[in-house]
Amino acid sequence: MNTNFSHLRLGASLVDTETVLRVDGITKRFGSLVANDAISFSLKKGKVLSLLGENGAGKTTLMNIIFGHYSADEGFIEVFGQKLSSSNPAQAIALGVGMVHQHFTLADNLTVIENIILGTEPLWRLKQDMQAGRKRLAELSAEFGLQVDPDAPIKSLTVGEKQRVEILKALYRGAKILILDEPTAVLTPQETDQLFVILRDMLSRGLSVIFISHKLGEVMTIADDIAVLRHGKLVASFPKSEASREIIAEKMVGEAVPKPLRKAMATGELLLRLAHISVKDESGKTVLRDLSFELRRHEVIGIAGVSGNGQKPFSDVISGMMSPASGDVVMHDQAVLKYDPKEMVARGIGRIPEDRHVQGVVGDFSVEENMILETYEDRRFSRLGWLQKSAIAEHAKSLISAFDIRGASPQTVVRGLSGGNMQKVILSRVLENNPQIILANQPTRGLDVGAATFVHEQLFKAREDGAGIILISEDLEELLAVSDRVAVMYHGQLSEAKDVNDVTLQQLGLLMSGVGFEGSADRGHHAA
Amino acid sequence: MKVPLTGGTMQLEPRTYTPLWMTLAAPVIAVFVVLVLCSGLIIWADVPVIPSYIALFKGAFGSKFAIAETLVRATPLILTGLAAAVAFRAKLWNIGGEGQLYMGALAATYFGTGMINLPAPLMIPFLFVVGALAGGLLLLIPALLKTRLKVDEVVTTLLLNFVILLLANYLLFGPWKDPMAMGWPQGAPIIDSGILPKLIAKTRLHGGLIFALLASVVIWVVMSKTKWGLEIRAVGLNQEAASFAGIPINKTIIRTALISGGLAACAGVTEVAGTKEYLTLDISPGFGYTGIAVAMLAGLNPLGVVIAALFIAGIYNGADSMSRAMDVSNYIADVITAASLLMVMLAVMLTRIRIRFRN
Amino acid sequence: MDFFDMFLNIGFWAATIRMATPLIFGTLGELICERAGVLNLGIEGIMTTGAMVAWMWVYQGGDLWSAVFVAAAFGMLFGYLHSIFSVYMGLSQHVTGIGITLLSTSLSYYSFRLLLPGVTTPPKIVPFQPVAIPVLSEIPVIGEAFFTQSPLTYLAFIMVGVVAYVLYRTPVGLAVRMVGENPMAVEVQGIDVYKVRTGAVMVGSAFMAVGGAFLTISVFDAFYFDMINGRGWICVALVIFASWRPGKALLGAVLFAAFDAIQIRVQQSSISFIPYQFFLMMPYIFSILALVIMSRKAAYPKALLVPFRRGQR
Repeated sequence: MNTNFSHLRLGASLVDTETVLRVDGITKRFGSLVANDAISFSLKKGKVLSLLGENGAGKTTLMNIIFGHYSADEGFIEVFGQKLSSSNPAQAIALGVGMVHQHFTLADNLTVIENIILGTEPLWRLKQDMQAGRKRLAELSAEFGLQVDPDAPIKSLTVGEKQRVEILKALYRGAKILILDEPTAVLTPQETDQLFVILRDMLSRGLSVIFISHKLGEVMTIADDIAVLRHGKLVASFPKSEASREIIAEKMVGEAVPKPLRKAMATGELLLRLAHISVKDESGKTVLRDLSFELRRHEVIGIAGVSGNGQKPFSDVISGMMSPASGDVVMHDQAVLKYDPKEMVARGIGRIPEDRHVQGVVGDFSVEENMILETYEDRRFSRLGWLQKSAIAEHAKSLISAFDIRGASPQTVVRGLSGGNMQKVILSRVLENNPQIILANQPTRGLDVGAATFVHEQLFKAREDGAGIILISEDLEELLAVSDRVAVMYHGQLSEAKDVNDVTLQQLGLLMSGVGFEGSADRGHHAA
Repeated sequence: MKVPLTGGTMQLEPRTYTPLWMTLAAPVIAVFVVLVLCSGLIIWADVPVIPSYIALFKGAFGSKFAIAETLVRATPLILTGLAAAVAFRAKLWNIGGEGQLYMGALAATYFGTGMINLPAPLMIPFLFVVGALAGGLLLLIPALLKTRLKVDEVVTTLLLNFVILLLANYLLFGPWKDPMAMGWPQGAPIIDSGILPKLIAKTRLHGGLIFALLASVVIWVVMSKTKWGLEIRAVGLNQEAASFAGIPINKTIIRTALISGGLAACAGVTEVAGTKEYLTLDISPGFGYTGIAVAMLAGLNPLGVVIAALFIAGIYNGADSMSRAMDVSNYIADVITAASLLMVMLAVMLTRIRIRFRN
Repeated sequence: MDFFDMFLNIGFWAATIRMATPLIFGTLGELICERAGVLNLGIEGIMTTGAMVAWMWVYQGGDLWSAVFVAAAFGMLFGYLHSIFSVYMGLSQHVTGIGITLLSTSLSYYSFRLLLPGVTTPPKIVPFQPVAIPVLSEIPVIGEAFFTQSPLTYLAFIMVGVVAYVLYRTPVGLAVRMVGENPMAVEVQGIDVYKVRTGAVMVGSAFMAVGGAFLTISVFDAFYFDMINGRGWICVALVIFASWRPGKALLGAVLFAAFDAIQIRVQQSSISFIPYQFFLMMPYIFSILALVIMSRKAAYPKALLVPFRRGQR
């Protein structure tokens, strides 16, 4: 076993007082998938170790093992010379490990202080000591410059503030090692800079950080050491001084994946026009404000923005999931009167939903059933209410080969497919009808480079064939690579779509943080 | 999903594929485990276990008469089981089968005791139609409250059971009381043309069984071969994805409610027009609730419901004769049914995951 | 006139408080479970079990207070069984709850038959007697109605305060509330989600069982089949009516019991020409109406019905 072998090297590490965390030979299998394959590295005091890798490379799994959410199949982890024995966050916390999860782990209906002090006292106490908690929180806020109202309910906070609460949660527990899992995914470039300032301050106070990301630029800014994961294996680790973007990129992806080329094309006629759309949510709050937008043939318009700024109602209106309070969606000079998914599909809108597990597929349905989910009433697939089984299977077969969905038969249950293949099932369903307008909401989220490239290729093909495409993404690099024009969404408003060659990352970042928007001088609370 | 469920030293991993034999074996093994566990109750009663179970089996399937009685009992269970299976497929938690059953029985009594007189080939279908309508409409109330006002249907369907039973109680002690019944609270007899024909002479087995079997085939076809079935299953498995794809959610839930309520109500019709031939307050010893166990035992499969209903009916009939022969309370049948319901859930879950032990 | 006189009647208020008692226990129990994110539809059966075992304990020679603890212990047992399915295995809470109700009810009936074979009229025990609280009970009208009650009734009222205090003022209460909102927020703080949820379901189930026990060892002196008669389901409705708050749960239970008491009095009074069955329907119909009114703005605990699986993001 791997562990025996590692013990021989134990003595050497103890001499090294600088090492605060050591991962040795960690292997984790999920069924036949090896998520982590004999991974070893160490973190030095006051340093940032950046763990890079594509989606699905095994970064989050590894961190979940360190924090005790999972137990490893092989190998061990040492924190300040003490071995982590149980698969329980309690021990990791006690040894000084704190983790800020990619998806915030906060209870929305409870207050900041309640979220922070949970678990800091023995459960069986007659009284929660709120006073002491407040005092300590105030001290920490002052020390690290992380201001937050302790009595605010979490749901009233902005994304950035929620992240601050997560960091404070770790600091409150006395974390000496902070694991940040994709912390910048939800931040604007400016907020990211702020985060880095805070992190550097922490490092100077002796904390150590593991920073997980798939964004090269950030890693080059903040990291001291870099470790690259690919398909569950640690393929490279080096100090930043020895690394270059090119080397890291190559290590991350393995063989170079050819990027699809975006051909320059003249845009054609107007396909879709949103005129003065306003949307209110269930509580009556305005989530889209007087939004106007135009999409033409042969173009991709990218929509940037921090999530929660109105992307959801925007895509819900276009996909027919929601009616606007006022304003019109106009297609072919006809205003949409009935906001209904079927109606929108019939009008030639292809919709790739944001979350493929939740909205995209019925996981327990077969591939063939998922492929007719939007068109089952079509005469090809049902007559007088009877499903045409053989036609449905044939249809699935042809799409499986056309979209190269490897390892799937029409009867395969979709929940067993990889993320990439699942997205291909959705893509095939959407694209086979040659939609004139495609709404692609986070189409490559969580996909590896190969699958993401496939999605981009398909979108480009549709664009060449005459479609207009709306691409909503949080990944600015993707937006700049794929779009012809880019617009930014902020507090339910949409900026003017600018030619992609005329905008810089910095400009987009400013727009994403509200600079340049109407009434943005008083930055109110987030549109949530 | 490749993410495991971790619990201590035992690891649970979802299977992406469940072999057919496992699906079929799960309920059988679950039932076997239940029978072993329940033998503890029999031992507690100071009665030998094996002879008791033999008595139970004989009481259920040991003679032509026993089989006929089991089939009589299985008839309403098939229908209430189908009602639960269809509703649960759509994640419409209809726990109101009992109320819907009585609603069907009330409708059959209202129309079938002389108000309308048709020849038998018309009268019998007519009674099923009005019964199903009454039951469907009863479930329509919770379904509308769920779709329009987001009122949880579990509680409303449960509470309506009590309301309908009290309504039946009022009618049978009041205006519908049969004056010929010597003071017993029972309805007037169903007219001859409305009575379900007997299938085997000198037994109580009646045509309701044929209806129930047909219903299970029809429901199986609807669920697996038609657009409606696809919609119901999609709504139950992932409502958001179904809604995004354009499947009308509320319409599907309402339709499911009408089908489910109608099926449960047909069980009331078979009891009034077949088994008893008049309405009483004890036509159902909880068939509506037992139907849930039947549906779960069948893995919500409409054809499986028939087998599960036969099994449960056999347990009840067998327990009756066992209690006479061996002095074990026939409540043991309720225990076996309830324990089977739980155990099958567990067994079905185990077919969908793989357990690995480690140290 | 008759109708208004009723509200001045000591007996009316005493009956209201008495009838509210099992509902208070049951609603508190359900509330604790749901606050932790678990819908416990085992309530109807667990109340039945509580009623049966408490009565049987006393009948077999046990004393009344130990019977309360025995009922609570059996409630916890079924609560534990519930949580194996709903918490550890993450199975459907709806079906689990119905299964637990069917199982606990049938086991209670089976055991009752086994322990008392061949009785047609259930034998009786000596139940809790009303205890007058010194001084308070001497207040005219109110004193007799509110402070000459069964000790279990006082316990129910005290428990409302205790549950509210524990939920809102202690670390374990915070953990319970948090686990019903977002279990992952509890897991990352090093607290075992399964244990918190299981504990809540067990304690909640103990409350339910004591609510059932109140019927057989305080109000009545015997155990009858079907005696819970939907009270458990009414408690489930009352929790929604109460917006998951103990204080409002008390209010709801008393309000409900008052309606019930009115219903019984109107039914008994000579002015009534409406058949009594329709009065008996009222509690169920009121519950449905309460649900209809409250459901629109109901702020469910966010993780209610959502199973937690360790290691799943």
